[in-house]
Amino acid sequence: MSNKKYWQNFGELKQSDAYLQSAENEFKEDLLPVEELSKEGLFEGKTPRRDFLKYLGFSTAAATIAASCEMPVRNAIPYLQKPENVTPGVANYYASTYINGGDAISVVVKQRDGRPIKIEGNELSSITKGGTNAQAQASVLDLYDTTRLRHPLQKDGNDFKEVTTFDAFDSMVTTALAGIGTKPVVLLTSTINSPSTQQIINSFLAKYPGSRHVQYDAVSYGGMLLANEACYGKKAIPSYHFNNAKTIVSLSADFLGTWLSPVEFSKQYSTNRKVTSEKPELSRHFQFESMLSLTGSNADDRYTHKPSETGKVAMALLAKLGGAVAAPSIADAKLKEGIDKAAAALMSTKGASLVVCGSNDLNVQVVVNAINELIGANGTTINWAITNNTRKGVDAEMVQLAADLNAGSIGALLIYNCNPVYTYAEGKKFGEAISKAGVSISFNGTMDETTEQCKYVIPSHHWLESWGDAEPKSGYVSFMQPTINPLFKTRAFQTSLIKWTSNAGSAAAMPSLDSTVKANSTPVISASAAGNDYESFFKSYWTAFLGGGESYNKAIQDGIVEKEIAPAAAVFNNSSLLTATQKLAASKSGETELVLYQKVSLGNGNQANNPWLQELPDPISKVTWDNYAMVSPEMAKSLIGIDIMHNQREADAYEVTPEKPVVKITMNGKTIELPVLILPGLNNNTVAVALGYGRASADEKNSLDRVGKSATGAGKNAYPLVSFDGASFSYAAVVTVEKTNSTYPLAQTQVHGSSEARPVIYETSLSSYLKNPEALLEEPNSERISLLAEGKNDFVTEGTIYPNFEKPGIKWGMSIDLNTCTGCSACVVACTAENNVSVVGKTQVQKAHEMHWLRIDRYFTGDVKNPDVVFQPMMCQHCDNAPCENVCPVAATNHSSEGLNQMTYNRCIGTRYCANNCPFKVRRFNWLDFTGSDSFKDNQEPLRGTQLDEAVFQMNDDLTRMVLNPDVTVRSRGVIEKCSFCVQRLQESKLEAKKHQDPSMVRNVKTACMQACPTNAISFGNVNDKESEVSKLRKDKTRNFYVLEQLHVLPNVSYLAKIRNTDRHVGIAEEKEETTHG
Amino acid sequence: MSRYRINITKVLLSLLFLFILSSNNSVFAADGEALFKANCSNCHKPDADYTGPALKGWSTREPSKDWVYKWIANPSQMIATDEYAKGLFAKYKPTVMTAFPNLKKEEIDAILKYVDDYTPPAATAASSTGGTESEGDNSMLYGILTLILALIAMILLQVNSNLRKLSDDKEGVHRGEPVPFYRNKTYIMAGILVMATVGGYYVINGAIGLGRQQKYQPVQPIYYSHKVHAGTNQISCLYCHGSAQDSKHAGIPSVNVCMNCHMAIKEYKGDPIVKEDGKVLDATAEIQKLYSYAGWNPETKQYNPDNNNDGVPDGARPISWVKIHNLPDHVYFNHSQHIKVGKQQCQTCHGNIQEMPEVYQFSNLSMGWCINCHRESKVDFYNKESGEGNKFYSIYEKFHQDIKDHKLDSVTVEKIGGTECQKCHY
Repeated sequence: MSNKKYWQNFGELKQSDAYLQSAENEFKEDLLPVEELSKEGLFEGKTPRRDFLKYLGFSTAAATIAASCEMPVRNAIPYLQKPENVTPGVANYYASTYINGGDAISVVVKQRDGRPIKIEGNELSSITKGGTNAQAQASVLDLYDTTRLRHPLQKDGNDFKEVTTFDAFDSMVTTALAGIGTKPVVLLTSTINSPSTQQIINSFLAKYPGSRHVQYDAVSYGGMLLANEACYGKKAIPSYHFNNAKTIVSLSADFLGTWLSPVEFSKQYSTNRKVTSEKPELSRHFQFESMLSLTGSNADDRYTHKPSETGKVAMALLAKLGGAVAAPSIADAKLKEGIDKAAAALMSTKGASLVVCGSNDLNVQVVVNAINELIGANGTTINWAITNNTRKGVDAEMVQLAADLNAGSIGALLIYNCNPVYTYAEGKKFGEAISKAGVSISFNGTMDETTEQCKYVIPSHHWLESWGDAEPKSGYVSFMQPTINPLFKTRAFQTSLIKWTSNAGSAAAMPSLDSTVKANSTPVISASAAGNDYESFFKSYWTAFLGGGESYNKAIQDGIVEKEIAPAAAVFNNSSLLTATQKLAASKSGETELVLYQKVSLGNGNQANNPWLQELPDPISKVTWDNYAMVSPEMAKSLIGIDIMHNQREADAYEVTPEKPVVKITMNGKTIELPVLILPGLNNNTVAVALGYGRASADEKNSLDRVGKSATGAGKNAYPLVSFDGASFSYAAVVTVEKTNSTYPLAQTQVHGSSEARPVIYETSLSSYLKNPEALLEEPNSERISLLAEGKNDFVTEGTIYPNFEKPGIKWGMSIDLNTCTGCSACVVACTAENNVSVVGKTQVQKAHEMHWLRIDRYFTGDVKNPDVVFQPMMCQHCDNAPCENVCPVAATNHSSEGLNQMTYNRCIGTRYCANNCPFKVRRFNWLDFTGSDSFKDNQEPLRGTQLDEAVFQMNDDLTRMVLNPDVTVRSRGVIEKCSFCVQRLQESKLEAKKHQDPSMVRNVKTACMQACPTNAISFGNVNDKESEVSKLRKDKTRNFYVLEQLHVLPNVSYLAKIRNTDRHVGIAEEKEETTHG
Repeated sequence: MSRYRINITKVLLSLLFLFILSSNNSVFAADGEALFKANCSNCHKPDADYTGPALKGWSTREPSKDWVYKWIANPSQMIATDEYAKGLFAKYKPTVMTAFPNLKKEEIDAILKYVDDYTPPAATAASSTGGTESEGDNSMLYGILTLILALIAMILLQVNSNLRKLSDDKEGVHRGEPVPFYRNKTYIMAGILVMATVGGYYVINGAIGLGRQQKYQPVQPIYYSHKVHAGTNQISCLYCHGSAQDSKHAGIPSVNVCMNCHMAIKEYKGDPIVKEDGKVLDATAEIQKLYSYAGWNPETKQYNPDNNNDGVPDGARPISWVKIHNLPDHVYFNHSQHIKVGKQQCQTCHGNIQEMPEVYQFSNLSMGWCINCHRESKVDFYNKESGEGNKFYSIYEKFHQDIKDHKLDSVTVEKIGGTECQKCHY
């Protein structure tokens, strides 16, 4: 049985008593919280008769008053003059662009009654093709962040005072700037890939001679930029074509999760990961890394090494491919074998191979460039005709700026869209040095660590309030348009620069569009000619390039302007290779090494105050709200003395409670204390720590108001452990780790939904699949047949004593491809946003009270030391013969004639029988009033701090609640909720189809998870319609299976079994092998 | 309620009769009526001045038919050039007639023919107002009869027991003193049962009714009479509540929609409106209230200047109407689904709104009431042979087969899932 092969944690692997007990007890609470009321408990405690009568009387009176109060008078206030394009109750959609640092994702913003409430991918963009990531999905909540600054500010002692008008602010700043003398003005920003902004910056800098623009990325790709300069003469990053690659080797590049342009790469990658019976082909993906990354967990073959060995691995690969380097010695036989295999695979698909590397070491990247030359990637899978503009920061410039600032030689420091005090390794010193600049201005939208050190603050708009453009790849421009009036007194960063630049007309920087027709001469657009703000500048700028109003309007409406450019190679210069390999050979390693990484949820920490992202379980570790020191079981044994593999008592003590032992990591005198999380698949000498956590104001008591209720207290800041190696920042280091005596609780969701040893995953290797496609699902199929009485063959109708109900019109169904699901979790956030899913806070996640309707189960399988990983999105399966429906005493959950398992909140009385009876554990119970929607006001307050975290109150602020989807009921305490298949979207699509009298229109419906998915792993539609996508997918009988089908629950969600392109025996093949061996 | 229904039927029947009578010579006129109602009736009446002049008798006033064509195609140009048009404008300013460049000459001819042939339907309407007695009275009668019968039965029982006692006494059988009826356990028990039943009925009904607001008729900031607008003046519901066919909300018109007509209509000249408290309403004063909300100066016939730069005339502010129809938050209701797909009349749920001076909640808006209608109403089911009906329903293969096999004669909303929980709750 496959059941033993897939495990979520060590307890499950070992089937330990404590694990079994905890899995059995889905609701760990006692029925009544009597222990909390009196220490004696229910039976020993005395309840005096008078008390009893008092409570009885009070509750009767309270219920009477609450029920019989007069109905409130409600008002309906129409517009004074109704805007033409707004119909109350009907959503409008506007194309725009999500911007975070250099990241740019073309999106469509759903706006309802003037409020943006949901982000969807823009399918017109050929970069993202409608895909999004978790951060883009969550960014709509940042618009309503309570920590956003509401007006311009000026430093006043230790605090700030409001500057009442923009004019006053402008005159203050221009006077101050005039007074800096000959010292330079420095504009410090994240990567700017907006052509129009770049021109405004150029004009501004032209006004202040000697001034400069420093681009600084929180997580740098500077090493790559320098390596490309050395090899190709261009300080740029090429664009990658994973869709052209048949063999992909990634050297610790998390290209599906956080590396460079993960949405684009996921989309490309998935095109070669879809297996159909017509085209049973797969790309081959090798991953060499130190920690277990999201990309690594999707790889066909994965090998681990120390972080310091990345260069060695690259060199060994280069040598194996025939490069002119001496092959370094590699001690680990498995790793050596992996390199050989990877090299062979790369050569066998020469011209359709690609090697990417996540290291920020210039030398490693030079070697990787040499490898890509040998395998013919340059010009095929790597395109130098189009550069990737998402990261431009050169690290030495930032280090120079920090030194200049410290020396007091900077006249004015203008900071936009970056937070160096938090993200720079020497951030604290940088913060103190800011005061040495004569003028310091921050354009950041919140009072973050850097802004609170600046003298002047003029918050810029949120991207949903802004005009703008981005050119993430040259020739591919994505536009932003405001979808709401600015909520606060904020002003576009560009407008401020225009105001402070007097009439400095200069030649417009040409976006890399087809310029032959657009403009024969470079248009000169001066700020004054274009009007005195960014909006009019933007319009005249793009009108000049795109031509008249019509094409401009179309560009804004589509959100994109693109130009196809054929892939081209760049000339490779290998002069730098020798020095690079020499330096790499001399690199030092240590017994314990640290690797810093980003999570798909928080990324670089810019959106740390977003409770949706904080509560999103990390796809690998399943931990929410914190970062931690990830180590392998072997390292845990030596480090904290817990032998999780062999000592069951220690293992249980570690795994079942949230409290984890804390270790101290020391690097060059800098220390950080973090709880230990033991995870298989890491290199035994590696500690992995996520960046992006530990946001805190310089003055701790301000943290809640300034960095926010969600960011405060979530994890520790690991940026100080970044080091500078003379050319670029390094995210790996030799460290010492020691155990401390304290513990720290981690809120991990991994064992909250256990399938309790029932098989839920089917998997095989490509070669066995090709040999015998039927074998993959042989086990569930034969089991299904064996359940039927003799002479019967229809499992659906004859396998049960329950009657079969017809679905006369539509029958909704979903299909999920386990092959292309990368676990990126964009769908989880999309679902949260679409369905008003509550945030419960860390305290409640520890109690398994998280409310996510959609979770991504992560299973390990195979070799315990280096396991394979399978992700399985799990939501309500909408069983046609649903176990939950039979046990509801009030029929609050029942079935629709369209196959939906319906949940009616106002009928639910909270018995939780349904959740107990659900084999998929997808029903979530509202243990507390998470939404503040109970009829008694302020009844959350008594629980503040003990049961309900500050983040819950952040979500219930009147401002934050503007993000709620008005078509979905906000649930109150005491009811069960679960995935509804986005029924509001289904009903809306049916209504549209009925209005247009066209049944085929329901094919357009997309659930929120499906829309968000960057790999098209989720399909949804009408199963009764033979032309629908989901019907077509289900025809593949060799891979299509239903989870726990043998229970005859008849789910409406089907899965496509996973196939890995590997020589190893995986899934069913592996089991067979093991059974034959004994 | 039933009386209204009968009235409507009668009016419809008589209209149908009139239509049949005149149909042999009025193919154009019939089209003309539709065209008139669609394009003109918001500002014009055939026989009376309104926002614009009465149209009947146009040929006696207007210079020529060609002039009419030109005028309809582009009124503002005519005002600039034509003398007669200038005169018209002077009379009705500042309202300028909307241009209808898309109306064809034949269509204009049809409209003109319709207004010429127009006769007020007053006579037929009047004849139908007699009405019949309400059926509700019968139950009262039954109740009284039951009570009387029960009383007689009780008296007879009492008489019977007295007589038996007398006869027993006569025969020498001793039975003791008779128990008075108020101490008779049978009577007491029966009384308790009756009281519990009746009391329980009212308590439960009362509890069910908690939070329901049938007949709710709040005082509104402006005494707005639907009777005057939708009844007397026949303004189409969708002119003001246009989003009812696009959105879940029917929408309350913004103030500028009111001002489209009320820029010209300054005072109320119709029949006196008697308020609920019996007083006669000063309807012109209510129009003045509207002007105050809109920031309109009726003296100068202009909007107030926007001195405070907030984008609207000074003093203009939205009207805070009191919401009458309130559904609980967990109910999803979509007007367009009912109006556009279900082809329901507004009156089905809102009652005869065109006869309500101030609107009250006509239906109880309870779930039972919704469900009932969903059980009874038939959808516009697609007929595969004739191609009639909503093509969306072509996917319901089973029902098509059942209809063919005569197992089913029509498809109700319930059949296609109209009474399932997540039709309205999600």
